[in-house]
Amino acid sequence: MSALLDVDHVGMTYVAGGLLARRVVRAVDNVSLRLEAGKPEILAVIGESGSGKTTLARMILNLAKPTDGAIRFLGNDVTRIHGGRARMDFMRQVQPIFQNPFEAFNPLKRLDRYLFMSARRFANARGGEIEARADKALHQVGLSLAEVKGRFPHEMSGGQLQRIAIARALISSPSLIVADEPVSMVDASLRMSIVNLFKSLRDELKVSIVYITHDLATAYYISDRVLIMQRGRAVESGVARDVLANPQHCYSRLLRESVLSPDDAGKSFMLANATPAHRSQEDAKSGSET
Amino acid sequence: MSAAPALQANVASERALTVSNLRAYYQTKYFGISREVRAVDGVSLVIDRDEIYGLAGESSCGKTTLVKTIVRAIRPPLNVIDGSVSFRFAGCEHDIYTLGEAELTGLRWKHLSYILQGSMNVLNPVRRVRESFIDFAYRHIKRPMPEFLRFVENHLARLRLDPAVLDNFPHELSGGMRQRVTIALASVCRPDFIVADEPTTALDVVVQKDVLGLLREVQREIRSSMILVTHDIGVHANVTDRLGVMYAGRLVEEGRTVEVIRSSRHPYTAHLVSSLPRIGDATQKKGLEGSPPNLAAPPPGCRFHPRCPLAMDVCRKEHPPMVVVAAEHRVACWATAPP
Repeated sequence: MSALLDVDHVGMTYVAGGLLARRVVRAVDNVSLRLEAGKPEILAVIGESGSGKTTLARMILNLAKPTDGAIRFLGNDVTRIHGGRARMDFMRQVQPIFQNPFEAFNPLKRLDRYLFMSARRFANARGGEIEARADKALHQVGLSLAEVKGRFPHEMSGGQLQRIAIARALISSPSLIVADEPVSMVDASLRMSIVNLFKSLRDELKVSIVYITHDLATAYYISDRVLIMQRGRAVESGVARDVLANPQHCYSRLLRESVLSPDDAGKSFMLANATPAHRSQEDAKSGSET
Repeated sequence: MSAAPALQANVASERALTVSNLRAYYQTKYFGISREVRAVDGVSLVIDRDEIYGLAGESSCGKTTLVKTIVRAIRPPLNVIDGSVSFRFAGCEHDIYTLGEAELTGLRWKHLSYILQGSMNVLNPVRRVRESFIDFAYRHIKRPMPEFLRFVENHLARLRLDPAVLDNFPHELSGGMRQRVTIALASVCRPDFIVADEPTTALDVVVQKDVLGLLREVQREIRSSMILVTHDIGVHANVTDRLGVMYAGRLVEEGRTVEVIRSSRHPYTAHLVSSLPRIGDATQKKGLEGSPPNLAAPPPGCRFHPRCPLAMDVCRKEHPPMVVVAAEHRVACWATAPP
């Protein structure tokens, strides 16, 4: 089976400062992952802030060039994409969704403009077809062009904006979507509808999704496979349900234990009636971290 | 830490804050068009001493406006229309809206402190952490400078923060560290009442647990009361004693956190709790249809009725009253808690 996306031992080093005061940051170190063509799945990349998740996403999107290793999309090295047409072809296939929908859209531009531009440039639509394309994409996310046309970003809620961002990404019928923390800025009551939307994109539109998050619970809920990153390295990967239910690496276990679940109500170590034994344990743990 | 249990029993039922029928609206008037956003509309609650009260609800439901109004950190166009906020510090009542500026300044930090939303970005970027401590707390502690600095260092050490952070600029610290410094700053005067607005929202899970543990410990040590605002029900379950759920400017359910989460009565709370994905549970979860109402033109009757699966005729016409359904458990819903 051929690979849709093949991230092959990729690494990224940022160098700050000049000759004398050099500071080298190894943001991503030797990470590999592979998504198969013709088998849409959701791959969750989990890690704390500073673990290199976003750098990895930027490299997959060809917004940053890896310092070592290679990223191949449908067999072609993404860093070797030259020229306008090849770049457009790549962007048509691989689309991003960013964390903060309020920052993703220019507040001075109407939202429909983004949709129409994408339809014109990526889907080669002309005339009336432009609106039809935009409307179709909006219907796929549960909105319609009538609700969006002529409106500015501040007139919509965060959840609606994120849906529009997803609709915009869908216009070019991509085969891969890279979603960087897509639900962390969305309200609790709307979060699940966005997450469910990703599921339906995978099942109905056959889009593979790289879902970058620090929320283990939603990752467990939607993803097929997970990759857990710590300080730029992939520390654990595998089938989502197995890894998250029974993490092996100590960092994965720490992540798993740090998830605050509503089921803990009334029996948490943090509550006032916690026993001293619990407390001193907690003391020792956080003491060693600071 | 070593407070005798007897003392704890003594202060357990003392009231620290009484909010009655508070209404705060954003009122604007431009070119003859006036607009009123009813961000807090008739909220009543009481908070006891040595208690952590949680406020849950999605963004734009009025959580932040409510706590801003409670600490009187408001400025036009936000105005208080009706109701009162009364704190009880050291045995005397202070109605925060009848106090003069000078008296209010006397209360702040010493008795009442407020950890703002986005608190990792509130430290002055061009001042070292030590200077921020001096700017904010020096005049409230009223001690000579060397003694004050020793006091601050001891306070940081007690919170297991390295006193070396005092020499750092905020940009040299990580987000979690800045958050911890802000919590230390807010608690350095050992206030009786702490309001923490989304203290952990931008943090990842490991740091979040640590910061919440710190917050809980500060509270336990000072025996102060606290309002903790966050939309994350998981945080509430782990940290708060009582929980109030807000929807569109109104309190819809309130009770012991365990009760509210385990046996929610209001359909909105029930949805919030049941829709949360959990590790180990792969059943299909549903998002709530529709979006929160526009508070400039809220729907008539119960504000949740356009999205409510249990909506009846009466819900569209009249606002449901808060009904006590069990000890300390209040719900405002026509369907599940008829008066």
